[in-house]
Amino acid sequence: MRREGSAFNGLGVVMLKELADHLTSIRFVVLELVVMALAVVTVYVAAQDIKNTVAEDPFLFLKFFTTSSGSLPSFLFWLSLFVPVVSIGLAFDSINGEHNRRTLSRILSQPIYRDALLFGKFLGALLTLAVALVVLWLLVIGLGLLFIGIPPGGDEIARAFVFLLVTIVYAGVWLALALLFSILFRSAATAALATLGLWLFFFVIWPVLAGEIAQIVVPPDPRYAALGLQTPGTAILEQVLSRLSPSTLFGEVVVAILDPTTRALGPIYLSQLQGAVLGAPLPLGASVLIAWPQIVGLLATTILLFVIGYVVFQRQEVRA
Amino acid sequence: MSADTVIEADGLTKAYGRKVAVDHISFTVGRGEIFGLLGPNGAGKTTTILMLLGLTDISDGKVNVLGFDPAREPLSVKRRVGYLPDEVGFYEQLTAADNLRYTARLIGFTSMDREKRIAEALDRVGLAEFADNRVGTFSRGMRQRLGLAEILMKGAQIAILDEPTSGLDPHATSELLGIIRRFKAEGVSVLLSSHLLERVQSVCDRVALFSAGRIALIGSVSELGREVLGAGYVVDIEADGAGLADRLALIPGVSRVEQTGIGKLRLHAERDVRPEAAAEVVALHGRLKYLGVQEPSLEAIYTHYFENRPDETLKEGARNAA
Repeated sequence: MRREGSAFNGLGVVMLKELADHLTSIRFVVLELVVMALAVVTVYVAAQDIKNTVAEDPFLFLKFFTTSSGSLPSFLFWLSLFVPVVSIGLAFDSINGEHNRRTLSRILSQPIYRDALLFGKFLGALLTLAVALVVLWLLVIGLGLLFIGIPPGGDEIARAFVFLLVTIVYAGVWLALALLFSILFRSAATAALATLGLWLFFFVIWPVLAGEIAQIVVPPDPRYAALGLQTPGTAILEQVLSRLSPSTLFGEVVVAILDPTTRALGPIYLSQLQGAVLGAPLPLGASVLIAWPQIVGLLATTILLFVIGYVVFQRQEVRA
Repeated sequence: MSADTVIEADGLTKAYGRKVAVDHISFTVGRGEIFGLLGPNGAGKTTTILMLLGLTDISDGKVNVLGFDPAREPLSVKRRVGYLPDEVGFYEQLTAADNLRYTARLIGFTSMDREKRIAEALDRVGLAEFADNRVGTFSRGMRQRLGLAEILMKGAQIAILDEPTSGLDPHATSELLGIIRRFKAEGVSVLLSSHLLERVQSVCDRVALFSAGRIALIGSVSELGREVLGAGYVVDIEADGAGLADRLALIPGVSRVEQTGIGKLRLHAERDVRPEAAAEVVALHGRLKYLGVQEPSLEAIYTHYFENRPDETLKEGARNAA
């Protein structure tokens, strides 16, 4: 038998409340200020660098996102730190917080389904992040214009925009993970630590571990080593393993989108490069196509994590 | 389901694996009635309430709330039923009015309607002047009253209150019970649960005594008193008049007359004999200073009932310990 009414009853109400809560929370304001400061500094330093060295690059503007200078990592690096941390910060206490404040049973006794609460919380947090990322994005482009005084081309803006969208999708992965852990763990501190721990694992440990595991499973061939090359089997396995991490997927997408000369993500044989004009930029569509599996992978991870959380939440007891 | 029944539970059961939290309970609540679910913590009161609201699955049995099945039509039930959970929580950083606004939006009231309802509800629970204060500054009693305001705002036909008086001081308790009585006056049915027998005895029309997931006793407090204590009515009278005690003993239904003090008598009877007793005093030209019937205390009923069933009491004790 079908249940009555729509699962989305009250969805908008929950989403708007979450959005308002997040945007006024001190937690969020602090994080945002830190990133704003970093954005200004990295873009300024990048501008100095760009002026000195690569003034003839046709995709000058995209360099703002990727140029690192000396000890200061690129804006992209800060973003890849900021997005997961803020996502986790926004969602780690979304469901267990309602439990612990004892508001959950009161809210669920209103004529809405649990679906609306969960989905509303996810969308509210995602919208908050999207607002923050759009602001950051505009800030970088604006500062770039100020510092070097050359307007970006249409293709550059289009690429930067795709980059923005992908970043929001990437944020969705960590939001969904934090939301899942906020359902699984009753204590907000446990949920925050578990999510941050998992992120650190994927961000720092997994890339190293993937290499090690690949070397154990497919030992490097000494003939390749003698030529100073990686054994193809080992390299492929390493890449397959490292792609289990959302951070790796995001990194690969960004390389393909922000660097138009990228022709492949991963090891390819020399024979595959025959006829290619190396160093020539690809059109945007082709770049997106290269990164498409990774983009779909990020989307699928988000959906999968959300669905697991949804199923667990539906079956959870509401009593404190 | 008759027109005057708002809640009907029949063989309602909730099992968590092999552990049975609520075991085939049946009861009905009438329109405008205050019905108490009483019993120790862990006896299954909250679980019963959550099943009525469709907030937890029903393992077995049937339940009907205002003609709807909570498991199948939860939105219809939740639109008409107000719920005040045990130790109700609000968003601390929001004001009282904003908390209600959020709920009102979830219910789907239009903005005009919303503000009117909120102002009215806050006024009726005495929180009008605190409407714009953050809930973080509220005392326990104020939070409970805000919870009742939410139910009033909703215009609920049934108010389900879980432990509404626990943790409140006597003054806040009596205020709260006053608001609950007003619910009844407006034709709203009230289902309340409590482990504090004495406090809620005064407001409940009928009670169900829970024990280890079952309803041990159900009925009005005086009915239960007679059934369990077998005491019948105890009428205290303070009057003067020569030979009053002998005359009172002759009233049909009076089994015993006891002298409890100077000019104070206690009648043990099988029915309420206050009218006849008063008539006797007047007939003797005596002066009647006090005439009252003792309500049996729920606590006495409860204790007495379970003293006679040591097995169940033990089992329940084990469950509470676990």
